[in-house]
Amino acid sequence: MSRSKLRSRFSLLFALFVFIVAAAPAGAASKNLILATTTSTQDSGLLDMLLPIFEKESGYFVKTIAVGSGQAMKLGEKGEADVLLVHSPEAEKKFMAGEFGGNRRLVMHNDFIIVGPSADPAGVRGIPSSTEAFRRIATTGALFLSRGDNSGTHAKEKGIWKAAGTNPEGLKWYQQTGLGMGQTLSVAAEKKGYTLADRGTYLSLKRNLGLEILVEGEPLLLNVYHVIEVNPAKWPRVNGAGAKAFGDFMVSRKVQEIIAAFGVEKYGTPLFSPDAGKKPQSLGL
Amino acid sequence: MEVLSQGIREALRLLCSLDREVLSITLLSLKVSGLSTLLSVVVGMGGGTVIALTDFPGKRFLVSLVNTGMGLPPVVVGLFVTIFLWRNGPLGGLELLYTPTAMVIAQTVIATPIVMGITIAAVQNLPPNLKLQILAMGATRFQMIRLLIREARLPLLAAVMAGFGGVISEVGASIMVGGNIKGYTRVLTTATVMESGKGNFDTAIALGIILLFLCFGVNYLLTIIQQRERPR
Repeated sequence: MSRSKLRSRFSLLFALFVFIVAAAPAGAASKNLILATTTSTQDSGLLDMLLPIFEKESGYFVKTIAVGSGQAMKLGEKGEADVLLVHSPEAEKKFMAGEFGGNRRLVMHNDFIIVGPSADPAGVRGIPSSTEAFRRIATTGALFLSRGDNSGTHAKEKGIWKAAGTNPEGLKWYQQTGLGMGQTLSVAAEKKGYTLADRGTYLSLKRNLGLEILVEGEPLLLNVYHVIEVNPAKWPRVNGAGAKAFGDFMVSRKVQEIIAAFGVEKYGTPLFSPDAGKKPQSLGL
Repeated sequence: MEVLSQGIREALRLLCSLDREVLSITLLSLKVSGLSTLLSVVVGMGGGTVIALTDFPGKRFLVSLVNTGMGLPPVVVGLFVTIFLWRNGPLGGLELLYTPTAMVIAQTVIATPIVMGITIAAVQNLPPNLKLQILAMGATRFQMIRLLIREARLPLLAAVMAGFGGVISEVGASIMVGGNIKGYTRVLTTATVMESGKGNFDTAIALGIILLFLCFGVNYLLTIIQQRERPR
């Protein structure tokens, strides 16, 4: 290789480097909005539908970080996210009490279901009470798969175990995956175990699973989503204006109508029910 | 097995229809991992050559550090880079977290020790007299290093391939520092994780196949360069 050839090759690499660095968008800081949310809102495809509309209307660029509700609130507490869309009411109340959140608004709900193999070894099919169903799973020692990841679903599940007066932690039939809802459902399907799931994720995975809905329709199994603006007074870098704009957007009439219709085409039934402006009491909270 | 054949069909469909989103995800994968490999080649090959050619106290210790770094777990790198880039972390003012730049940083950290470790081994593996011979023929130090690198070209290109292979396939760091943001930081590996989590196994398989093709393409290119004019 001659020297000039070598030099031209290096300058080519250098040009490529400059091009790629320049191509990385710099973006004004205030135009970025970090949304920490749950895997269920992303996996259902709802956010993919709503965010482009919001970005176009408001001019903000939304960075969606899909994690469990617990982790989303941790990010909010540390000022690493601007706005949260979460479903873990008890933990949310603590979050608000600690003044980490500015404004918390009801957005929508769907429900949790107990799913399991069609053979139903614990005999929970059709039991109206989730607490009773959990108790039966515990007494028969049928395999139960827990998310075990501090997500909203995991928090709900722990609440039901508590109500059932059982502490399954460490027991042989109780296994924690530490994974998202979709993966936990797949594990439950493979191992023929029971699990608590949100209806949206279950519906979107149903065709590959072979798990059946065994318990549903109890008020305790409600899955409620709130949008929370992270308190900018605590963390000056938090984008308060953007968070408010996103909150306003989620409870706006137009978006609520989109939510009401979302999923009908694909699953024959909506995945979420819009709740903006309702009193939490009306949902039995 | 039906899922697999469905996945292969889906991959062909996505490839043939030039699906816009898949195309941009593939390009971003190539861009992020390519740039990281490039940076790691500059740092790793430069540093590795210097380490191999000089003798200094603590050299063995340093080389074992580099060799350990060749197995650096991507999630650990991702975790540390995230902590550094947090808004309220030491480099928070740069607003880099959840950007492609953050992914390049993490992947460069992963690839550099790989490139450096193989470079050290390759240069040390050259006949020990070669260096003296070249110098005896009146070459400058810079010319000598260039000749040595040429001589060690086969293993050095293997170093580039190993570095690229290490970063194009990693998912732990990318998902942590990039956040898998649609149309912005979503790359082939993180998209595959997400799609299989969603239960879209056919799409996940399709993305996996595209990733394999991409790896093959890049490595084929590098292999052609490697084998073109074999020294001696």
